[in-house]
Amino acid sequence: MQTIVNIIGTSVIFFSLYFEVFLLISLFESKKKRKLSSNLEYFYPPVTILIPIWNEETTIVDTIESLLNLDYPKDKLHIMVIDDGSTDKSLEALQKFKGHPIVEVHSKPNGGKFTALNFGIERMKTDFIGCLDADSFVEKNALKFIMRRFTDPEVMAVTPSMIIEKPSNILRKMQRAEYSYGNFMRKAYGSIGAIHITPGPFSFFRKEVFEKIGPYKHAHNTEDMEMAMRMQKNHMLIVNEPTALVFTVGPDTIKKLYKQRVRWVSGFLGNLIDYRDMLLNKKHGDLGLIVLPFALFGILMSLVTITISLYKISIQVIEAIQKILTVGFSAPQFDFSWFFIDTSVLSIMTVTLIFFIISLIMYGYRTVYGKWSISLEMFYFIFLYSFITPFWLMKSVYNNIKGVHAPWR
Amino acid sequence: MEQNKHIDWKKYVITFFITATIFGTAIYASSYFNNKRIDEIKSIQESISTNIMSSETQVSLLSDIDCDDVGSSMLSSELNSLASRIEYSEKNISNADEEVLQLKKAYSLLEIKDYLLMKRLSQRCNKQFVFALYFYANSTKCPDCDKASTILTYLREKYPELRVYSFDYNLDLSALKTLITISKIKDDLPAIVIDGKAIEWPQDKDSLEKIIKAKYPKDAKVATTTTATIKK
Repeated sequence: MQTIVNIIGTSVIFFSLYFEVFLLISLFESKKKRKLSSNLEYFYPPVTILIPIWNEETTIVDTIESLLNLDYPKDKLHIMVIDDGSTDKSLEALQKFKGHPIVEVHSKPNGGKFTALNFGIERMKTDFIGCLDADSFVEKNALKFIMRRFTDPEVMAVTPSMIIEKPSNILRKMQRAEYSYGNFMRKAYGSIGAIHITPGPFSFFRKEVFEKIGPYKHAHNTEDMEMAMRMQKNHMLIVNEPTALVFTVGPDTIKKLYKQRVRWVSGFLGNLIDYRDMLLNKKHGDLGLIVLPFALFGILMSLVTITISLYKISIQVIEAIQKILTVGFSAPQFDFSWFFIDTSVLSIMTVTLIFFIISLIMYGYRTVYGKWSISLEMFYFIFLYSFITPFWLMKSVYNNIKGVHAPWR
Repeated sequence: MEQNKHIDWKKYVITFFITATIFGTAIYASSYFNNKRIDEIKSIQESISTNIMSSETQVSLLSDIDCDDVGSSMLSSELNSLASRIEYSEKNISNADEEVLQLKKAYSLLEIKDYLLMKRLSQRCNKQFVFALYFYANSTKCPDCDKASTILTYLREKYPELRVYSFDYNLDLSALKTLITISKIKDDLPAIVIDGKAIEWPQDKDSLEKIIKAKYPKDAKVATTTTATIKK
């Protein structure tokens, strides 16, 4: 059994490390190329920002105000708030912007986020459109940084960097580390044209994207992923602008986080099934050959890793219980010699992989805060998150097998 | 606008070599540490061997061995340190099975020598020890051996004058086979010999403790220190 565990564990780590190294090489390669385009000129075309809302009375005003504070010509900015049948006081809160020259508020019967976005797309009058979730806030330079990427006519969509704003508890701190890791991944995916999610908070598109490939779809409640996958399938270039910062709050309880992640992962799997012809398809470049297969493998890997960890922990626990049952409780004695430190290949590689992941999270921090730093939340993310992730992964896999749809809220 | 989907195969190959190099380094490091472990075991064995030879020589020369030095701590800490290291190596160093097996044989030999020496010294110095020989096999062949090891470790913690010598019944070592023969041990494991007499495996801690207590010197202390009993 131990041998099987070691073989599986070592293989999982090998593939994980391969993927991380691949992304790092891609990023370094693109850095060389980017030097040529680092002095992009600012570009201020008229742009519409859609904010779909459903019961967002507590955050919507701040979200709009963060957009009004953007360093972007106000005569080029158009904010369209689409209330998707809120039942709270969201519409009352929006009265504050009644008659505002650049804020337009619409209300429609509840139909889901994608219907609210399509409502806005149908009415937009600009060549560029972006969206912002109502629980997110933007940094004042975010839009101008994003729009300058559109000076490249090949670019069809631009994604930002996302940050968990002032994390108030350990769960949100773990998410901050996770989002930093996500920022690294997005940047690396951007460097190989493999971005497969255009996040709800502050992704921007050319109007022609919707004209050519159609509006948002329900897409298993993950319309932002489906749109990106559809763009990729149609060979439309999506890039990342790491300096465009968007702050979001993140769930503050395990229950809320669980629900959110079940929706995300179920949606991811659902979309991957819908777009399965892209998997291992070299027509789609690195996205088809390595990024999507590895994203799928990552789910499996996470389940295997937790199974191995639980197997090892349960052996220790069973031995301890057997000892107590045999001779009663006695304080364990430790021999603190280096001799007993686990230096198996699996352990050394696990430590190496953890070192890699921490470095990549630090890289993500550096992208946002401009300096290298290490913090406890990175370790919370690696060691605690690993134990809760499998729960939503298993539920998501179950949902996809059984055809259960994860609710939006 | 169509994005160029050129695949850079060279990057895939370079990535593979970098990953393989990192893995190779891990394999080398793991092997390096395992060799260091084996060296450490050898070093402890040599130290014990020298100490036993020294004591044997003293006894053989009939010189005045200092009976105050004959106690429960004599060599036992080294032997137990060795036991825990060999046990760890057996479980964790899979690519050096033969080397670990040789070390285990050497360890068993040292145990036998220590057992014989301590028996002679206890007679000479009128010291009363309880000697326990414990024969085990791996958990497939001997389901009760883990339990027996745990109980004997516990009893050794509690009774410092109890000297436990544990042996892998299936170890191919002629001196051990002789010990098994003269101790009249069958292959019904775990087997325990207390002061030269084979006892039936009593199944639980209390029964075994009762047997040891009956043999244990009345004036000897009952301590709390412990050492590991090798188990497979």
